[in-house]
Amino acid sequence: MNMVDSAQPFKTLLGPESDSQRTQYPYVTGTSVVGVKYKDGILMASDMGASYGSTLRYKSVERMKPIGKHSLLGASGEISDFQEILHYLDELILYDNMWDDGNSLGPKEVHSYLTRVMYNRRNKFNPFWNSLVLGGVKNGQKYLGTVSMIGVHFEDSHVATGFGNHLARPILREEWNENMSYEDGVKLLEKCMRVLLYRDRSAVNKIQIAKITEEGVTISRPYALKTFWEFNAFKNPTVGAEGSW
Amino acid sequence: MDTDAPHSMGTTIIGVTYNGGVVLGADSRTSTGVYVANRASDKITQLTDNVYVCRSGSAADSQIVSDYVRYFLHQHTIQLGQPATVKVAANLVRLLAYNNKNLLQTGLIVGGWDKYEGGKIYGIPLGGTIIEQPFAIGGSGSSYLYGFFDQAWKEGMTKDEAEQLVVKAVSLAIARDGASGGVVRTVIINSEGVTRNFYPGDKLPLWHEELEPQFSLLDIPSSPGPEPMNI
Repeated sequence: MNMVDSAQPFKTLLGPESDSQRTQYPYVTGTSVVGVKYKDGILMASDMGASYGSTLRYKSVERMKPIGKHSLLGASGEISDFQEILHYLDELILYDNMWDDGNSLGPKEVHSYLTRVMYNRRNKFNPFWNSLVLGGVKNGQKYLGTVSMIGVHFEDSHVATGFGNHLARPILREEWNENMSYEDGVKLLEKCMRVLLYRDRSAVNKIQIAKITEEGVTISRPYALKTFWEFNAFKNPTVGAEGSW
Repeated sequence: MDTDAPHSMGTTIIGVTYNGGVVLGADSRTSTGVYVANRASDKITQLTDNVYVCRSGSAADSQIVSDYVRYFLHQHTIQLGQPATVKVAANLVRLLAYNNKNLLQTGLIVGGWDKYEGGKIYGIPLGGTIIEQPFAIGGSGSSYLYGFFDQAWKEGMTKDEAEQLVVKAVSLAIARDGASGGVVRTVIINSEGVTRNFYPGDKLPLWHEELEPQFSLLDIPSSPGPEPMNI
């Protein structure tokens, strides 16, 4: 009797099937991530929501995670795929550490790795259903990039995923500048997150802001934003036009 | 009636942590289309002595996933030389759920107690996301419970408070979800071991527009009934 055969169930069950054609659909999804460069490094913001279709099902999901010493990854889209990507990156960082050569993967390299992973999966019609934001600082060099589920990738001074592209980036185009302080950056990101909270129905009022500098990564505790509803036009929307809304 | 329709557990499943362990709860209805194939199913399935899983969605898919995980965990326990942790059990379930996401249609709640982390609940919805939560709800009946739990859940409940909450919640879901019904089963897991409880329909509270069951019409005291017919 061949002892190796008893390992087969493990391979075929714990590993993917060999389908010839496959693409998926997302089930549990996170919404926008917004990232900006600032004076000392990168600031990134996201909410802690994960939706299941139209239900706001989970409200304490961390969608930004540190990668190694120099990088921070934020993700929107299918959360199970994000968790799988984090497993892949754990392995990448582990092997990098095992070289024990004093060198460590910087954000540019991690971004490049993620791009290859995302594009290759897309080519096999089995994408990771995510949009990723990768930011970091190494040797004083700030880096901020993004990769989509089909492998589209680029770097910029400010990036966003999903709704953030439509609502946050125009704000950033007007108000971002290279030499923002930490306080300026946080206020700007909060402005973007507030607009997303008003206008993105998958947004949840529990956000985190992450900072990465040469010193390392800090992810803030979760907190909620104040919102403003006291416009006269909101209190009396149908004045002069009864029956409208 | 389509006997060949896939057996699906409409279901309401719940897992709640309390101060010292976890309480898992579920209804007992398995439907084949509109027919109730099993009105007393047991949806809370054992994986190890200290870890159980609540199954929802396709009955076949959830059964086969729990069978494989039980098999893997058995081997893991032998190799490890001590009981498996809840986290390991949940991650094995996640691996199967994630890697076969195109084929499986089952949402699971893994709950148990181990000496390292105490009582833990992990939700594993469609797609294979794994998410540790102080409480989790799942199945079609859970739609009716989001508001209830938002209001009724609190940290640091006692074992009895937690179990009462679970029983109340499943019973509320049964009242409104056609795909949930039957009895309420609970499983309590803590450092002392595992306790299974059974709450048949007549032990559950009555909700809006529900009436106290009686044996027969003839039990209604003293109201003037219809005149008997004269031949």
